[in-house]
Amino acid sequence: MSQLYYRQAIRDALREEMRRDERVFLLGLDIGRFGGTYKATQGLWEEFGDERVRDTPLSEAAIAGAAVGAAMTGMRPVAEIMYMDFITIALDQIANQAAKLTYMSGGQARIPVVFRTQEGAGRSSAAQHAQSLEAWVTHIPGLKVVLPAIPYDAKGLLKTAIRDDGPVVFIEHKLLYGVKGEVPDEEYLIPFGQARIVREGADVTIVALSRMVLKALDAAEELAREGISVEVIDPRTVVPLDLETILASVHKTGRLIVTHEGYTRCGVGAEIATQVVEHSMHALKRPPRRVCGRNVPIPFAPVMENYVIPQAADLVNAVRELMS
Amino acid sequence: MSVQAPASGAIPTALDPALLLRIHLTMVRIRQFEQRAIELFMAGELPGFLHSCLGQEAVPAGVCAALREDDYITSTHRGHGHVIAKGLSFDRMMAELYGRTTGYCKGKGGSMHIADFSQGVLGANGIVGAGIPIATGAALSAQMRRSGQVVVAFFGDGATSQGAFHEAANLAAVWNLPVVYVCENNLYAVSTPVSRQMRVNSVAQRAAAYGFPGVTVDGNDPLAVYEAARAAVERARSGGGPTLLECRTYRWMGHYIGDPATYRPAEEVAWWKERDPLALFERKLIETDICSQEEIQRVHEQVRAELEAAIEFARQSPAPAPEDALTDLPQ
Ligand SMILES: Cc1ncc(C[n+]2csc(CCOP(=O)(O)OP(=O)(O)O)c2C)c(N)n1
Ligand SMILES: [Mg+2]
Repeated sequence: MSQLYYRQAIRDALREEMRRDERVFLLGLDIGRFGGTYKATQGLWEEFGDERVRDTPLSEAAIAGAAVGAAMTGMRPVAEIMYMDFITIALDQIANQAAKLTYMSGGQARIPVVFRTQEGAGRSSAAQHAQSLEAWVTHIPGLKVVLPAIPYDAKGLLKTAIRDDGPVVFIEHKLLYGVKGEVPDEEYLIPFGQARIVREGADVTIVALSRMVLKALDAAEELAREGISVEVIDPRTVVPLDLETILASVHKTGRLIVTHEGYTRCGVGAEIATQVVEHSMHALKRPPRRVCGRNVPIPFAPVMENYVIPQAADLVNAVRELMS
Repeated sequence: MSVQAPASGAIPTALDPALLLRIHLTMVRIRQFEQRAIELFMAGELPGFLHSCLGQEAVPAGVCAALREDDYITSTHRGHGHVIAKGLSFDRMMAELYGRTTGYCKGKGGSMHIADFSQGVLGANGIVGAGIPIATGAALSAQMRRSGQVVVAFFGDGATSQGAFHEAANLAAVWNLPVVYVCENNLYAVSTPVSRQMRVNSVAQRAAAYGFPGVTVDGNDPLAVYEAARAAVERARSGGGPTLLECRTYRWMGHYIGDPATYRPAEEVAWWKERDPLALFERKLIETDICSQEEIQRVHEQVRAELEAAIEFARQSPAPAPEDALTDLPQ
């Protein structure tokens, strides 16, 4: 085991897969010598050169589209979209092309492409650099959607994503890059569709995405002092979703909170809560609760930004309400 | 792309001294605002991140001197210079950088999103290239309303690789819209030099693909910028359609404050700092007896006083309440 930063775990996954399979290459803005905006690709250009770590012009549609075309014809590209907000520009290639070409071609196309990006608020980056848009891609059949919260998951899931034969949207969080965690020294892969029970508990289930996993743990810690036992579950991949693990937890606790930074309305949490209600309504002692991003753009000033993004205190309050 | 040193020629005699002094004042305002913003940011007073336009002052100063008050601009992530040149005031800009309720966007936008529609500033933008189609649409509106307004889209070299640029330029050509595309070619998009962004020798050449003129000027010479902008604006206003104006310049700082910019050779940075647009222009003003060293000094002092007052105003202004985040959505 080593203690690695999340960004190092990402980089190690990319490096190992590039060494293992010469079809794997990277393309994106400032990912080469510059090492990426959040330094997740630092050192890779030095090892693999211009050919396999490709800085592109400022053209997200071409980045995504070139990755799709290369993937259809024998390569295994990892395309970086610098901020998830900019996925708007690449979305046709991701949602109408990568997601659909296999199906539309009657199963002919194989599109092993990974779209790496990062989301999340908390840096006063305002409305166009802080959104968590995982719901957009989750909505589209044909895409797998991955949101690692810790270095261990980031590495194991990214390696799986690169070896996957279909398009995967791999969503990192900008405030997790500097977080450390244990990562095995030997090689490992994490299969998609397996949630992680981050903390066991008996009273309330919190299903948390991405950085909200850490806030859910803080909330659980505080609530434990009040004698409330919280179970925290990280789905890790929302497509495919490990509903079984979530249902088992809800059957134990009878109470469900879903939490993510993405907007509440039509967020992934709404989907998860609905699936739980469809399958296990009678296991629920109280209606499920969403503690998610408010339905407004992300504001610049820190006081407002902190207010629109769910905090540990919001989770604590929601749990207390469900317990009362 | 190599760039010629600014011509050290005389100031065209046809230019009104008052105009020259106005351009100078604008450049001093931008220079000082940017210098102080960097200091405040480094001191931890400003949240978020900061893209400085230090070294690029001549472009917005020259371009906006050719505009009417009711003309429009769209701006970028590196936008303080544009909006200062268009006439926005220090106090509300500073308040926005501090995230205060008195800021131009009530603390919702920050450095990267300053807007004041009443003064024709249709917004700075965090999405590279996104202001270009918006400017094009504003030009369409001006044409349809027969208002005689002209629109300037400011953007960087990097933005010209976006589909948004090409689609908008083509549309403006087809509809003959009163828009001027002003590219501040500072030779880099983050770490990527123009040589790795495009194969053409100049951004201006891109205009040929759409059938309107493209012009390259020394972006560190405010008068060269002004002359070219005036011609383009006149053309647009008189129904002649769009122009692409490429201004070669350089950002002195990294892409954002905190970026060590190790991707740029030290000699290159030094070469450009030698060609400080403000210092060169001031030398010209003195040499041609437009004003004296003392008068220039006084301009700097006046601007400094105004800026310090603006910083005080921002510091004293109230922070928003958390719930203010919920207001200002479209009705
Ligand atoms: C669509 C989009 N892609 C990427 C970015 C990240 N980004 C911000 S500024 C920038 C470089 C812009 O270069 P240029 O247009 O030359 O302007 P400059 O920064 O040099 O003024 C990049 C890549 C962004 N904000 N928007
Ligand atoms: Mg540039």
